[in-house]
Amino acid sequence: METKNIMIVGVGGQGTLLASKLLGRLLLTRNYDIKVSEVHGMSQRGGSVVTYVRYGEKVYSPIIDKGEADFILSFELLEAARAAEWLRPDVGTLITNTQQINPMPVITGAVNYPEDLLGKLKTLGLKVDALDALSLAQEAGSSRAVNLVLLGRLSNYFRDFTEEEWMTAIEQSVPEKFLEMNKKAFHLGRIA
Amino acid sequence: MKKLLLGNEAVARGLYEAGCGFVSSYPGTPSTEITEAAAKYDEIYAEWAPNEKVAMEAAFGASLSGTRSFCGMKHVGLNVAADPLFTLSYTGVNAGMIIAVADDAGMHSSQNEQDSRHYAIAAKLPMFEPSDSSEGLEFTRLAYELSEEYDTPVLMKMCTRVAHSQSVVELGERAEIARKPYEKNVMKWVMMPGMAKKRHPIVEERTRRLVEFAENSWVNRVENGSDHSMGIITSSTSYQYVKEVCGDRFPVLKLGMINPLPEQKIRDFAASVEKLVVVEELDGIIETHCRSLGLEVCGKEVFPLIDEFSQNLVAEKLGQPKHAGKKLDESLPARPPVMCAGCPHRGLFYTLKKLNLTVLGDIGCYTLGAAAPLSAIDTTICMGASVSGIHGYNKASNEANAGKTVAVIGDSTFMHSGVTGLINIAYNESNSTVIILDNSITGMTGHQQNPTTGINLKGDPAGKINLEKLCESIGIQSIRVIDPYNLKECEDVIKEELAKECASVIISRRPCALLKYVKHPGPIAVNRDKCVGCKSCMKVGCPAISMKDGKAIIDNTLCTGCRVCTQLCKVNAIG
Repeated sequence: METKNIMIVGVGGQGTLLASKLLGRLLLTRNYDIKVSEVHGMSQRGGSVVTYVRYGEKVYSPIIDKGEADFILSFELLEAARAAEWLRPDVGTLITNTQQINPMPVITGAVNYPEDLLGKLKTLGLKVDALDALSLAQEAGSSRAVNLVLLGRLSNYFRDFTEEEWMTAIEQSVPEKFLEMNKKAFHLGRIA
Repeated sequence: MKKLLLGNEAVARGLYEAGCGFVSSYPGTPSTEITEAAAKYDEIYAEWAPNEKVAMEAAFGASLSGTRSFCGMKHVGLNVAADPLFTLSYTGVNAGMIIAVADDAGMHSSQNEQDSRHYAIAAKLPMFEPSDSSEGLEFTRLAYELSEEYDTPVLMKMCTRVAHSQSVVELGERAEIARKPYEKNVMKWVMMPGMAKKRHPIVEERTRRLVEFAENSWVNRVENGSDHSMGIITSSTSYQYVKEVCGDRFPVLKLGMINPLPEQKIRDFAASVEKLVVVEELDGIIETHCRSLGLEVCGKEVFPLIDEFSQNLVAEKLGQPKHAGKKLDESLPARPPVMCAGCPHRGLFYTLKKLNLTVLGDIGCYTLGAAAPLSAIDTTICMGASVSGIHGYNKASNEANAGKTVAVIGDSTFMHSGVTGLINIAYNESNSTVIILDNSITGMTGHQQNPTTGINLKGDPAGKINLEKLCESIGIQSIRVIDPYNLKECEDVIKEELAKECASVIISRRPCALLKYVKHPGPIAVNRDKCVGCKSCMKVGCPAISMKDGKAIIDNTLCTGCRVCTQLCKVNAIG
């Protein structure tokens, strides 16, 4: 099979790493070759963060380049706009949280947060699947569960993995204490 | 059993499987997880050392005692450990010893993008370079065998994309390695001139034998292609980009050992293709070697010396089709990293900025104090340079600006190499003011313990260095402790210490806001009736505060309730 590329973008501290680790665990059950590339260190401190998940018969590069992502899972709207160029033209799907988090240049007033990014991304001809993952996460019990809401949404595009398989990957990835809340968040994202 | 492991975790697994018994490292992105993962194996003694030189020397001692040992560091850490590195090349080892060094092409989390392969050449040491996690594990096991067979420490060169990428690894069992007895041998272990002169020829002979190894080992392999109009020599993550772009079309000589490089193998490969191309990140090390063999080669005239590569870059440079996406036609605001909400460094840097001081900075989370709106740092060079630098700055200017200049350094960085600079300040008597930002953890690299925290790498209670007593014993006359959440205290104490005609240390003490044991009072809010929209609270650059409809608003999912902003509000609207 052709290598599939999933790019996960967001703001440091939003839980993007857990999302990529969970996907890796899920894919490993199917004997795929897999590469998951993470970002550690300085950029985790509230900066833009990007992780790459690739799987297929044989995966070489650990990263995804411009024009290659089958899916972009974005935790924040501005980061979705920044990552849009990495989407495969005509084929890729951009799943994004509609949450806006102001970067420091916006906070200090040097620049404004861009208007109507969702509309502009659609005008560009991209397939955009947007949802308010923050509200759903809060409904599930914690604003920190945005990652599981978004994975729930992504799971709709991976119907060959059963809900049980996703649940097993969740159980392997989140602490026992928060398991039920995370499962609920996943479910809310899946049916949203 | 198959498992997904980070390149760093795979190296740690290799340590475990090869019977390594001793690990000593200093954390540094992107190398940290090797040691953290190694610490999870009960069979391996693992520790954080105060710096890389100490770690390497401790690992040498372990090897001398007969235990397979390891130390890991980032590229700039190897600069710190370069002194033992060059002489350990002469002594060789007793039990096997591996030194991992992780480069950061693209500078995701570093102050330079030096190419550590130069060290292998300069110190005349073998260096392996895995291109994925599986090789990380296999090369580590092989490196111990090589280390003992050739009597040499072995370098394991990682890079960000190999260190921090998970890929599939087949796990093996741990080998039980018998301890090697230590035998006194001054000709081998005591590197005085007379002995070192006899060891150097042994090093040169070892390199000659290692070239033979490089010619024949499976780690340097030719992958055949159908189109011999071009042949590519590559290694590490560049190999992955080449294969991603070209598949099996062109022959590839994939090098797993980067020093010493084979000669005949490269000549044979070059003879089998019409055009020879070298694809390597950063410097042209393989390319230079090819040229020294008299081969015509295409390398850095096409491929950049700067930044990391990607498949699109390699495709473009090799004249192959590349991918492109659709881009919004507007410039988007950057999102640089920032100090977290509740970060104890914020109040301190706000004060330094307010007092308009010249600030010699150092390496850690607090380097972010250089960014707007705090903009409080004047210099960042390397670990410890703030404390050493302020001494020279003050001495050379006859202390003309000593009352307006401070050095800032974190607790872990101070232990790493700040303390020696402070000794210079005390010994050579400069009127310097050093602020130790004691957040009780090594922050930027992801919360590693250090000698001031009282806890070791395994999470057990450990020795705890008392910063006040240490500074006092060095001879610093004035030592003050402040709470960086208290802006008035910060300002008063810094002014007082700057006014003194002696060296002083101010310890700005409050644990990192992200530490699990730290209990926060919880979010506070802006009274929108009282807020006049003056933006005074915005001067601290807190990611939780922004403006909405002309008034400040606090994000209650981020705010910890540190109340630094409260102290800035002139109309008492935040509480």
